[in-house]
Formats: sequence, C-alpha cells, structure tokens
Amino acid sequence: MAEQDIVLLKGNEAIAHAAIRCGADAFFGYPITPQSEIIETLSQLKPWETTGMVVLQAESEVASINMVYGGAGAGKRVFTSSSSPGVALMQEGISYMAGAEIPGVVINVQRGGPGLGTIQPSQSDYYQATRGGGNGDYYTIVLAPASVQEMADFMDLSFELAFKYRIPVMILSDGVIGQMMERVVLPPYKPRRTEEEIKKECPWATLGRTKGRNPNILTSLELQPEVMEKRNLRLQEKYKTIKDNEVRYETHFCEDADYIIVAFGSAARISEKAIEMAREEGLKVGLFRPITLWPFPSDEIAEISKGKKGVLVTEINAGQMVDDVRLATLGSVDVESFGRLGGIVPEPEEIVNALKTKF
Amino acid sequence: MKKEIIISGFGGQGVLSMGKILAYSGLMEDKEVTWMPAYGPEQRGGTANVTVIVSDERISSPILSRYDVAIVLNQPSLDKFEPKLKPGGILIYDSYGIINPPKRSDIKVYSIDAMDKAAEMKNSKVFNMIVLGGLLKVCSIVSENGVEKALYKTLPERHHSLIPLNMEAIKTGKEIIKEM
Repeated sequence: MAEQDIVLLKGNEAIAHAAIRCGADAFFGYPITPQSEIIETLSQLKPWETTGMVVLQAESEVASINMVYGGAGAGKRVFTSSSSPGVALMQEGISYMAGAEIPGVVINVQRGGPGLGTIQPSQSDYYQATRGGGNGDYYTIVLAPASVQEMADFMDLSFELAFKYRIPVMILSDGVIGQMMERVVLPPYKPRRTEEEIKKECPWATLGRTKGRNPNILTSLELQPEVMEKRNLRLQEKYKTIKDNEVRYETHFCEDADYIIVAFGSAARISEKAIEMAREEGLKVGLFRPITLWPFPSDEIAEISKGKKGVLVTEINAGQMVDDVRLATLGSVDVESFGRLGGIVPEPEEIVNALKTKF
Repeated sequence: MKKEIIISGFGGQGVLSMGKILAYSGLMEDKEVTWMPAYGPEQRGGTANVTVIVSDERISSPILSRYDVAIVLNQPSLDKFEPKLKPGGILIYDSYGIINPPKRSDIKVYSIDAMDKAAEMKNSKVFNMIVLGGLLKVCSIVSENGVEKALYKTLPERHHSLIPLNMEAIKTGKEIIKEM
C-alpha cells in the first residue's frame, strides 16, 4: 500500500474519495449540513478531469434522486447524498427506484428531527430507512458505518450490492461519523466500467435500443393488478434472497458477557467505550453491532442473547431499533432502550448509568 | 499509550486547527487518531471545541465523558471541562480573560500566556501553535518532529514558508508554559 493512501479524513470526505476510486460515474446532490463536505470534496477533487465522473449540484433533493434514477437506469454507478430533511424529500424517488428495480446509492448523514430539526447528529431515521420510507411494499439494503474507514469501504460495497440485486442501497450514517476525522486507508483505484461492460452486466439498462432487441422499459407503473401482484411477489422473493445472504454484523466481548448492548453506527462506538468503563467496574457487558440494518441480524441477536441477564439497545433516537431487537428475541430476554434525542449525543458514562438503572 | 484530549475556546482562536495538527502528527507517528468537533453554526467569537484521541491501540468512542488533558482558552470552557478531567489529568489554560482560575487539587494545572506572547510576536495567528508547544512540553503525545512533518503534509506548498515561524511558536510555547 502506497504511503499516500493512508490519510486523515472526515467521514464525508472519505465517501467522496472512495466514490471516485471505486469507479462511480456520477454524483447528483444538494448541500445540507452535516454532509456538505461530500459535494465540496468532490468539487475540489474535480474527478471529471481524471476519471470522467460527473459531479452536479442539482436544484433540489427531488431533482437529485430522479437524476440518480435516470443515470442508474442507464446502468451507471450513480449516487446522491443528503441529511435527514433532504432524504425525506427523496422518498418518492427511492420508492420508484425500488419498483423499477434501479440500483442507485443514497447516503443519509442523519441530523435531528422531526421537520427541519437541528444540524446536530441523530439516528432518528432508522424507521424510515429500514421500512422502505416511501410508499409500497419494498425495502432498501441499509448499511450503517461506524467509522471513517467504513464510510470509505461501504461506498464500493453499496454499488456492488445495488447492481447484484438491482435495488437501491442506503448508507445510513450520522453527523458524528460524517464530521469526525480518523485515519483511513483509501481503496485502490478501479476504472469506471466501459459501455461494453455495462451492456454485458446490465442487459436491462436503457442504453438505447439496438436492432433486433425489444426496448428496455424501466417503470414502477403497472395498471393490471394481476401483473402487479406478480411483480410484487418477485420483489418479495428477491428480498428473501437478500435476507438469506447479506446480513452483516460485528460482536465485541460477548463470550463472557452477562449483558449485551445492541447499537449501530456512532452509538456503537460510544457504547464500546461504555463497555470498557463498565468492565472496569466488574460489569460484564458485550456489544452486538448490526452493520446491515436491513436485512436485520435477527437470528444472530436471538442466539447471542440466550441466557443473558438483559439486552440494552442504545440509539441516538427515542427507541426505534429496539422494536427489531424485541421482535428478534420474542420476550425471551429483558430488552430495554436508552437514547438521547434532538441532536444530543449520549456520553459513555450515561450508557453505563443506563445499564445500572435499567436492569 | 492513549491520550484523550479536549481543546476548547472561542471560534477563531484556532481550536479546531490545533486539534487537526495534533491528530495529523499522531498519524505521522503511525498512531490511531480521532478528531471530533462539536460542530455548529460557525462564527468568530462563538464557542468551539474538539476532542482529539491519540492512541497506540484501536479507539472506541470519539465522544467522551472524562479527559486526560483539557486545554481551555476561555472562562466558559474552563468551567465546563475542569470537572471532566480524570484525577491526575492535565489542565492547560491561558490566563487572558480568566476571572475564576482552576480550583481542583487532584489535577496538574499549567498556565500559558499565549495570547500576550502572540501579541508580542505581532502575529495573533500563531497563538494556537504557542499553546500546542506548551502541551508538547508537559505531556508526551507526539514529538516536535511529528508536528513539523504534519505541517508539511497538511499545508499547501505556497504556505510552507510559514512553517519555520510556526515551529518557532511551538518552541516559545515550550518555554513559557508554567506549572501552577
């Protein structure tokens, strides 16, 4: 690994560097705190002069997501990024992409809500991200990075998953991970796919009709309910395949633990410190960190919580993922919730106190 | 070795960039580093603080309850972070504008008149580097050499002529910091 590939970057900056390196074809976005460094860094790096990647500031979030629909519909690696209120505006486009099976990537660097809310970090878009977010029976794959390194690593992974399953993929980050700087090893450069490669890998893509081939049509609209039901069933079949194959998670100190903390993203990092502090006081606590929030590691959580004295779900919201943990464990273990709201990020000490008072 | 540091003061004092240079110096010495700003609507005169962790091992949380070192550059920062120092921790403050000095006796307290010194050097911009010099004197986190490397790495080439001035400010900081 060349020395210049190890750098100190903000999570948002890492996304921009990684996107160019993994052969992204285009970015469409609209600035909003706390993720504006993504479009700022892309603009500074000027990838249109090197790899040919397009970087465009759209007129709005609604325009951004529909540009992603168009670009990804042509088989290109295209992504957008925003923060909570902006991602709310994109939900129509994401639902259309799910319906038309278009593989785009959406990054949400979450801030506190509801509404315009605050610019401080939050994880309160968990429900929106893991339940589809827009209308209709659909899911998007949701990846939750917990470090600047994962911000970089998940960029390529998101494109790979999106194209493998023809599904929108969301990177659900937050203001902590987006704004903090850490040491990061950037991925090696990968060339953008050629038109020929796209034609081969994406026979469904709208690349212009050639002689002897029927037109490719990408739409979520189907007025015949019988046909529409079949399409829905096919989507459900795909979601089942993803559930069976793409669950990702990480555990720390779980083997001898009496209690388990379940947390994702920045809350998992803070919880890890809380676990170090609790263990100094003799409280044996372990960490389970879901990396995919959909598909959710339900079976793995059920397994790891067997025989434990309690499970504390720590989130920077009012308690959303806790529902999925309760569904996973079905009353077999005491599941409690702890979180701070509105842009306040809990300190490790508060989590230790929650552990002591809730069980 | 793991040092958990908070640097806090007014916006415009160079709090965030001091933290960034410290973090980059750690990176130059092959350490794990995390730099976490309390970001907000940024303005000169508002409050700014940044948590910097430099460690030989993997770093868990970028957000902390207790610190090994607190560098406080105004009264509100002193009031907020003095109670959050671990016993035996290090507190560094600039007495400029401080009405109520630190009170704890279970920590090491150092004062550095960096504001006055920067005015004397007729360059208010080196203020944060004087403070950084003071920190390097009383706490071994990174070496002066590491800081110099970090400056060459982070500053655009057109500003490299300013690095000797910054290194001089660091030396000055090492000289003028005093234990209370």
